[in-house]
Amino acid sequence: MYGGGGPGVPLTAQQPRLHRIPHAVPRHSRRFVHREQPCRNRRHPAPPRPAASGAAPCCGGQRCGLRCCGRCAALRVREPRASRGAARPEGDVSLRRPVGRVPLYPGHIPTSPLQKALLAAGSACAALWDPYRHDMVAVLGETTGCLALPTLRDRMRNDPEGYRIFQERPRIRLSTLDMAWLRGLPDGALGREYIRFLEDNKVSPDTRMPAKFVDDEELAYVIQRYREVHDLMHTLLGMPTNMLGEVVVKWFEAIQTGLPMCVLGAAFGPVRLNARKLQVLATELLPWAVRSGRNASCVLNVYYEQRWEQSVESLREEIGIFPPPAVRV
Amino acid sequence: MAAGLRPGRALLSRRRGALCALLRAARGLAARPETHFGFQNVTEAERREKIYQVFENVAEKYDVMNDSMSLGIHRVWKDILVHKMNPSPGTLLVDVAGGTGDIAFRFLNYVRSVRERQLQQKLRNHQNLSWQEISKSYQEEKSNPLGDSQVVVCDINKEMLKAGMQKAQHLGYSEGLSWVLGNAEELPFDDDKFDVYTIAFGIRNVTRIDLALQEAYRVLKPGGRFLCLEFSHVSNPLLSRLYDLYSFQVIPVLGEVIAGDWKSYQYLVESIRRFPPQEELKAMIEDAGFLKVDYQNLNSGIVAIHSGFKL
Repeated sequence: MYGGGGPGVPLTAQQPRLHRIPHAVPRHSRRFVHREQPCRNRRHPAPPRPAASGAAPCCGGQRCGLRCCGRCAALRVREPRASRGAARPEGDVSLRRPVGRVPLYPGHIPTSPLQKALLAAGSACAALWDPYRHDMVAVLGETTGCLALPTLRDRMRNDPEGYRIFQERPRIRLSTLDMAWLRGLPDGALGREYIRFLEDNKVSPDTRMPAKFVDDEELAYVIQRYREVHDLMHTLLGMPTNMLGEVVVKWFEAIQTGLPMCVLGAAFGPVRLNARKLQVLATELLPWAVRSGRNASCVLNVYYEQRWEQSVESLREEIGIFPPPAVRV
Repeated sequence: MAAGLRPGRALLSRRRGALCALLRAARGLAARPETHFGFQNVTEAERREKIYQVFENVAEKYDVMNDSMSLGIHRVWKDILVHKMNPSPGTLLVDVAGGTGDIAFRFLNYVRSVRERQLQQKLRNHQNLSWQEISKSYQEEKSNPLGDSQVVVCDINKEMLKAGMQKAQHLGYSEGLSWVLGNAEELPFDDDKFDVYTIAFGIRNVTRIDLALQEAYRVLKPGGRFLCLEFSHVSNPLLSRLYDLYSFQVIPVLGEVIAGDWKSYQYLVESIRRFPPQEELKAMIEDAGFLKVDYQNLNSGIVAIHSGFKL
């Protein structure tokens, strides 16, 4: 589509289609660049100064062959998929995506594929060795989630409430939660039960590690949201933070999100349980968790910050989680 | 005449312009001296602060990380350093940036074994000793196993010293060891005090290497030896590429997995690349006044031991 050639090819000989068909790139498309932006391609000549009154208006490059009359701004678009394989002119810095290791969001550490592979292997071993290394579980999730995270993001975008969460990007942190008000809510409300869960298990939402190794800013938010919602999962499922409770929540999350880290945790977590707990897990907790996971809608699509006053039972019914079995975990 | 004056005036104004530019540069340099932290450019104060934080974070897992990054080879390097030093009993050693005390412990072991051998040699040589003399020599061995050798471990970072003191207690080293908090660029010792000055994997983190070398010269006795063990430049191209690959791909990953700290180990590998190579460091040591300066490459340049004498 971009008919640029090397230096020496007369510009009038080329037919850049955008000049011929100005509406080829529709305005609502993400590729459309507003005309007022200046062309930053250094190979193009400088735009001619706006003519004094009485002079002929700019031809748009069709007659004079000078492409930088302001219309060139429309050339600063991403190439459509069809022509991406075609050879691009060398000097066109503006058409290339930024290469190299640049941090995309605060806390981002750009990594090469080899480093990601080593991180995935190392963090899996470290997490198995010491299950209390939450940072290793987090790193495993980030490095292995390259297929599941885009699916999750699309599910969030396609749901109205999930789309709102995606736009507003709320964070669950001690600084954003009004602890006194949440504590004052009636028993059975989501906020009250969440605070009770945090206090009983002596955990805090601030201990969640921020995403470091995800190479996309949106996917980093998705996995950050997943981590922050994990505690709310414990509350909704009624599971404490001991090994058995964590395994049950991991099974639920594995079915809901499909993240390989959850699948691995669900598969290898029971290794550390004793026989009695394994029996409870296999007979009562797992069937319930699996059924709930398949029946429930996507848990990331619930705007929890606006539902603190809603009761846990009604929220469970709304999402589709069955009532937990009456077993002591 | 006017034509003659004009080029002269132009020359003068050009010289004045150059002088102004030079003054401006000098003023700027004095206000914000630029140095490096890994591959970033920072001011000197920022660099000191950042390096302090790096070692504060890694202090607890320092030894574990050393073993895993170098696959245990760092122990061999430190052993070679102490063997090169070949201390005799009665030596006073200052181990700067000695942190967790690896060199200090090896020095004490070496001196103890040399002392034992000395006493055994003495017993063997004097064939007809009386019982009192024999028992006196055994008592000497028990009362003075180190032969008055002492080592002072000096480090700028409190956490590293704390880790070192705990390790000493754990391994049972109590005699002949002292721990001092101090800056290598400004040592809290008198002139002409020590027989040997060592700095193992520490001079890379010093902001002004020339000041550290001058301090080393100051605190050493005449006849004292300066020893520096540090990562250096690999000349073999194939090994250099493998080393780079390992450094930049594997070491930060190890740091994240074992210590939970990627950035400190990224700083480590970057600082190795920014450190002057063997010949340049040799020239800097000679500039500080040391004589008979030489270096020995270990593992074809991955690590080098520089040695100099204050004569």
